[in-house]
Amino acid sequence: MNAIDFSFDPEWMSTLSAPFMMNAFVAGLCIALAAGVMGYFTIARRSTFAAHALAHIGLPGATGAVLLGLPVSLGMGVFALGGALVIGALGKRVSEREIATGTVLAFATGLGLFFARLSSSASQQMQSILFGSILTITDGQIIGFAIFDALLLILLAIIYRPLLFSSLDEQVAQAKGVPIGLMNVAFMAIMAGVITIAVPAVGTLLIFALVITPAAAANILAGSPLKAMIIASALCLISIWAGLVLSAMFPAPPSFIIVTISTLFWAIAKGVEALKSR
Amino acid sequence: MSMNSECIVFQDAAVKRGDHVIWQHGTFSIPYGSVTAIVGTNGAGKTTMMKAELGLLPLAAGSLHVLGKPAGEANHRIGYVPQSYVANVDSNLTAEQSVLLGLTGTRFGIHPVTRAQRAKVREAMEFIGIADKAKYRLSELSGGLRQRVAIAQALVCDPKLLMLDEPLANLDLASQRATVHVLARLNKELGMTIQVVAHDLNMLLPILTGAVYLLDGHPHYADMGKVLDSDLLTHLYGTQVQVVTTPQGDMFVTPTPDEPENQPLDMHSAKEVAELHHHTHGTGNAHTR
Repeated sequence: MNAIDFSFDPEWMSTLSAPFMMNAFVAGLCIALAAGVMGYFTIARRSTFAAHALAHIGLPGATGAVLLGLPVSLGMGVFALGGALVIGALGKRVSEREIATGTVLAFATGLGLFFARLSSSASQQMQSILFGSILTITDGQIIGFAIFDALLLILLAIIYRPLLFSSLDEQVAQAKGVPIGLMNVAFMAIMAGVITIAVPAVGTLLIFALVITPAAAANILAGSPLKAMIIASALCLISIWAGLVLSAMFPAPPSFIIVTISTLFWAIAKGVEALKSR
Repeated sequence: MSMNSECIVFQDAAVKRGDHVIWQHGTFSIPYGSVTAIVGTNGAGKTTMMKAELGLLPLAAGSLHVLGKPAGEANHRIGYVPQSYVANVDSNLTAEQSVLLGLTGTRFGIHPVTRAQRAKVREAMEFIGIADKAKYRLSELSGGLRQRVAIAQALVCDPKLLMLDEPLANLDLASQRATVHVLARLNKELGMTIQVVAHDLNMLLPILTGAVYLLDGHPHYADMGKVLDSDLLTHLYGTQVQVVTTPQGDMFVTPTPDEPENQPLDMHSAKEVAELHHHTHGTGNAHTR
């Protein structure tokens, strides 16, 4: 037998019933809910690149936290929130921000690497921060995820229409009295939270496929925002759960399978759309 | 002029961006029920004027009242259609949802859409002639239809004043005609006061009652008869312009067809024109020498 082994594991059912798997499934549910809802707004506001960048801006926070002996999520969250507030304050004109965002993204990733190299424990955690470690999620993290989801849904219910209006046409919304500056900052701050809870699942590098890709597929399938959010959450949930099951059956990392399934959903939606419009 | 009888009243208004004066000494008023074009060369401050009227840009001097209130305080009775409707090209919302936001988009909190609101949306879309497109996504509609959705969205809250920034730009001839037709009906049937930023007047000529022209940093208002003057338009656009009347009575603004290559343009230096135009607001005869 060579080094690569894709053999089926007949003991997969017992792997699935392990406590850490239970945590992973519950975490997947929390992440899918938050990612599906915010993914819709991220696309509507044309801020997908900014969302991607937030994960990378969080990287030095995460490795820095390990360096200081603090929780990874705390460092991640603080850095992502800081980045979010700066990007949000700069306004929604994404096209003018791409170069600045990309530059900060690259610098932050480099800084994250530097912090990781300063200590051996941070170095060991680097891979799980970059590519996720959904199987190591703790009970405490899950409680945090659930609280975040509850707050997210309450807040979004309150700002739903003005946020949607300002996403569609910022100028008209502003003329009609929507506080667009506040909407921008609120959106980016919530995004930082979603990134922070989604990074443990697939890591900073693959987060786009978990937060944006299901929402993009849902956008093709559904016309109304509410339906699109529900479908996006469902696709995200299926990706994570199926990823967990398949990773128990076959020796492949869950992140890889999660991202693959999510990408497949999107590719199928795109293909169906192309066939329909012919 | 009383502030109650006029829709938009400028009193020595000026707008600056940084230290740069975009326009100043704007003193004129636009009556209710009028259809006005804001005309001027690129960068003369046409969009700026609309933003000032909406209270989105502060005045550097003077005052500006719209619908009897200081600019920005009566925006709930103004329908605004910016040029950016072209940016909605990839929006996933349906036409109906987009129009609905014109009614509900500013409300925080959880409010189920009422039957009355849906009826209002349908009414606006029917008036604009896009009721059959209600379930289409904005990304599936042509530029002309997307713009009519934007007009319906502006219309749905029963505005007294409708403002449109370059409504005819990027539209083909048939869509331009359809848009002008909609504006004419809004003005005639609903008595709506309409203001449009435009760089090509021809399509709008049949419905315009007046124009605000931005010339050398001063806004002026004049009735249509006075604006349609070859000399004035030549100054305004900085290139030779002729007003042509056809035997049917239609008027057209055209660049002079056979402009000699070497002939100097009939233009004044900025200083000269500023003198000519100062304190001659709205008279339309500022170009006389």
